[in-house]
Order: sequence, then structure tokens, then C-alpha cells
Amino acid sequence: MSLAAHVSLSLGTFDLDVQFSVEPGEVVALLGPNGAGKSTVLRALAGLSPIDGGRIIIDDTVLDDPAADVFVNADARLIGVVFQDYLLFAHLSALENVAFGLRARGMPRARARTIATEWLGRMGLRDHADHRPAQLSGGQAQRVALARALATQPRLLLLDEPLAALDAGTRAEVRSDLRRHLATFAGMRILVTHDPIDAFALADRVIVIEGGRVSQTGSLAEVTAQPRSRYVADLVGVNLLSGNIIHGVLTTAAGAQIVSSYGVDAPTPDGSALVSIRPQSIVLHPEQPLGSTRNVWPVTVIDIDQYADRVRVRLDGPVPLVAEITPGALAALSLQPGSHVWAAVKASETTAYPSY
Amino acid sequence: MSDATRSIAPPRRQGRPGRPVGRERLPVVALVLAVIAVAFFALPLIGLLWKAPWSNAWSLLNKAGSLTALRLSIVCSLWATALSIVFGVPLAWLLARVEFRGRGIVRALCTLSMVLPPVVGGVALFFALGRRGFVGQYLDRWFDIRLPFTTAGVVVAQTFVAMPFLVLTVEAALRQFDRRFEDAARTLGAGRWYVFRRVTLPAIRPALVAGAVLAWARALGEFGATITFAGNFPGTTQTMPLAVYLALESDPAQAIVLALVMIAMSFAVLIALRDRWLGAVTTPAS
Repeated sequence: MSLAAHVSLSLGTFDLDVQFSVEPGEVVALLGPNGAGKSTVLRALAGLSPIDGGRIIIDDTVLDDPAADVFVNADARLIGVVFQDYLLFAHLSALENVAFGLRARGMPRARARTIATEWLGRMGLRDHADHRPAQLSGGQAQRVALARALATQPRLLLLDEPLAALDAGTRAEVRSDLRRHLATFAGMRILVTHDPIDAFALADRVIVIEGGRVSQTGSLAEVTAQPRSRYVADLVGVNLLSGNIIHGVLTTAAGAQIVSSYGVDAPTPDGSALVSIRPQSIVLHPEQPLGSTRNVWPVTVIDIDQYADRVRVRLDGPVPLVAEITPGALAALSLQPGSHVWAAVKASETTAYPSY
Repeated sequence: MSDATRSIAPPRRQGRPGRPVGRERLPVVALVLAVIAVAFFALPLIGLLWKAPWSNAWSLLNKAGSLTALRLSIVCSLWATALSIVFGVPLAWLLARVEFRGRGIVRALCTLSMVLPPVVGGVALFFALGRRGFVGQYLDRWFDIRLPFTTAGVVVAQTFVAMPFLVLTVEAALRQFDRRFEDAARTLGAGRWYVFRRVTLPAIRPALVAGAVLAWARALGEFGATITFAGNFPGTTQTMPLAVYLALESDPAQAIVLALVMIAMSFAVLIALRDRWLGAVTTPAS
């Protein structure tokens, strides 16, 4: 089963237009900042918000096509949804929640309960069958919501911010549980998240949505190596510089020049381009270094973030950068905000690619 | 909390020392005013009890007409409540969920009878549904239905004044209800009617019960619209409030007994239902 979606919608002044496809058995994350339109895409796929333009097709079935006046109601789409705050029915037990979809489709009560019990068992919740949602922890409620959605055997499973409702302490555990349970479902899975950790932990592929448009798609490695926007670069924690490239030398709008790894695999064609630099590749020197390093700039330390085993130093200069150094280096250089140092990056440590 | 955790945790007093929870002291002025309010409601009741002819209460109650009026009151008010639910819930739905021009006007129109003097409502009903009325003449001519001065007319008058209470209560609940639960049910394959029955209705049930009780209470006490539109015929349209009013002129002792019966009945229903409908709102399932 595969999905081809072109969702075009306008909500007041916000204009959403995204196009993507999902292959059989794939787990895809829609990643983007809050308000980018991710959840709206999910609602459109589920049939809860009709689209204004475009088309949504699963296999050969057209689910929504305003031009052809086709709209399949949410209850007939066979698309399971796990909502952000789970939306378990408060007046029903965990078991009745899971059986809800089967009963709604006309399955006899006894059989629906048997199947629901099996699902709760699979989720490790057999002992919680009679509990009301109010008595479940966040992680348990999520598993009930997942079982409720999967029990109807959907052809596509949608998860809206599946970990956002949880506190930091339980997130990691629930994330690995969710990963395990998601793996048991063979159909297409799409999850919406604003957290790159969730996206990369749970999905095979990421579709980045910013301001109502798809800004980038690809695997973790692809997106990290060649971020296409400031948002993605910040998410994956790399430096991103844009400008015009001629013979492997990028000139930024501010006039700074970066010599890139021109011609290592395939030369980046001249024109508008991006260069990404990993913070770990930047070396800081107290004096101007003399050597083979091609990119050397005088910079000023703006601020310093210390983590357990590394230090991120934000720098201003001809090229604004974030460098990652060790606590030892920080002590040796005696850096503090306002310090003047030299930042150096070897051309071979930069990645240049066209910006289109 | 389970017994296990309770036994492990040392007993702890909550709140600040010297201010046990649940015994917060009200400012004296507020307390005095509140006590006056309670007295204001209690005194008329005490007055009735004090004046009640206890020695021959039973015979007065059994006097011809009293029990008939009581039965008529119960039957008509229950019919009015049922009709209020059947028509009022869809009306509340329309007002809460469907956006249309003039919705405010429609809402005002449908709840006007709450603020209207009941006699005015009765007069209006008479000119609309009476035998010469604007709709009533066709009901009479085509369907042979005559509402004024019939028991059905009592039910119509009571429904007219009672339904707004149910509509407003249910509409408020529908507005408060998070519609995403309905979305969740739809994605699970539930059609609209199934969603309403299994998701929306259970969620608004406390409000529905509360609204039905308010409507029933209003119908039970209805006087003005009933006497204007349906008249005062013992056995067909003379309900308890009408019987009490008339007895006051002929036999005050009987009026007191009838009044006490109504008070006892209303009080019993309020107490019996209070825990059920408020309980469903405030206490989570345990």
C-alpha cells in the first residue's frame, strides 16, 4: 500500500501546500516548527478537514479530490489516528476503548472484546483492561490509544505528536516502547513531531514542513549532511551558510568567503549554494594560525553553553558560527564572552551543495 | 489511593497549621447574609408545616379531586419533560453546532418563554393553537385536534415554558465538549449516529439530566400558561398548582395539605438526583 498526498488548504491567512508520498511499510516523520501546518496535514489525511486543492490517494483509492468532487468520510477511510493527548473516551474502560472501533463497524460485542483483550495483552496492559483512562499513566494511555487505532486494522496509521504530552522523565522509555510497538505494524506510518530526536528515533525518513511548505525530505544522514534551511540546520545542530559559489568558493551576502571541498565527489555547480559545517570541525586558536587550513576568521565569543562532555561556543565574525569543543580546550583557551579568537575549518570538513 | 500506599504514608495534615482543610471561615458579614438566605427559604416551609391540619390530613388528601390533580400533574409534567428532551436536544444541537445567520435571534426566540410572564405565554398559545387560532383552526378542521381546555393542552403549555431550561443547559454542555473526541470516534469507523450515541451523549449526560430536572420542575409548577390556555377543569386540566390555588379560597386546610405534598415530592426528587447528576460531573471514576 502506498500513499500519494497533495494537500492544499488555506486557513485564514495561513496557506498550506505540501506534496509527498509514502511507500508501503515506511515510517515517515513530518517534522517542523509549531504552526508549520503538520497537524493540519494529518487532519486532512484522516478526513477530518477536507482539502481545498490537491488530491489524496491510497493505492488506487481516491480519498479526497475536490476537483473531481470526491470526498471519503473519515469513518470510511480505514486510517488509524493516535491523537496528541490520546483522546481516550473517559466513560469507557481501556478494553471498551480498544473495542470501540470494532463495535462501531458492527462486530458483535463478545468478539470485539476478545480481540481488544488480545491487543491489550500485546501492549502489556492486560491487567489494566477494566481501568478508566483517568487511572492510566501517560505511557499506558498512549498504548491504549495505539491499540485502539490498530485494532481496526488501518491501512495507514497517523500519530500526532505522540510524545509531546509526556514529561521528560518518561519520554525516553515511552519512545523506545513506541518504537517497538510501531515496528509490529506493517502498514504505512506517519508521525507528526516538532522534535528531531523523536523523528529520527522513530522514522525511516523525514519530511520537513516549514511555513506550510515541504522544505526538505530525506533520511537522517541526508538531512544532517545537507540541511536546506536555517530551521533544519538548527535542529540537527550544524552551521549553515548560504551564498553564491564560484569554483568551490562560497561568498556570503556579508562578503565572507568559504573555501569548500570543491570537486571531492562531484563539483558543486556555480551559482546559489549552501555550505554546512559541523560544529565539531571548527578549531579555535588564540592566535592567527599559520598552516594549510584554508578557512580562518577572526571571531568574538558571544556565549558559551556547557554540557556534560562538550561545550558549544557561539561566535560572531565575518561568518557567524557555532563551534563545539571539549571542556579541556575551553579551560586551555580561557574563553569567555567577549574573547577574541581565531576560528579555522579545513575545506575538506565543509560540505557544499546547490541551494535548489 | 490504595490501602497499601495509605498505610505506608504517615498521616499528614494538609494545609497550614490551625486551618484544617474544609473549615475555612467565611467573613462574618457573608455568613450572616447566607444564614438570612437560608431562613428566607426555610420559613415559608415551616409556616406551612406549622399550619398543617395534621389530624385530618389524610382525609383532606383523599378528598375528591386532590389525588386526581396530583396524578394529572405527574403525568403531564413527565410528558412535558419527554417532549422537551425529544425536541430540545436537537434544538440545542442546532444552536451549539450549526452556524447560521440569525442564530442569536432564534436562540432568543426559543428561550423567550423563560422570561415571559406565563399568562402572556398562555394567551399567545391560545391565539396560535386555539380553535380559532392561526394554526389551531387547521388542526381542528383537518386533523380534528383541539388543544385548548384538554389534557394535551396542559402538556403543550408546560412544554412551552419548560423546554428552554433543557435547551440552554444542553447547549452549554455541547459547546464545552471537546469535539476532537468525536473526530477520534470518526477515525475509528463510527458513523454520525453512533458517535452521538456512544461519545457525545455520555459526555453531555450530566447536563441532560440536570436540564431535564429543571424542565420537569418548571412544568410541575406551571400555573399561568396552563390556566390561560388549558383552563381549570378537574380531571382534565386541573393540575396541583391550580388545585392549591382554588382550594385556598374554598378550603385553606386542603390547600396546605396539597402544597405540602408538592413540596415533599419536589424535595425528594432534588435530593435523589443531586448526587447522580452532580456526582457525574465532579467525582472522577474510582
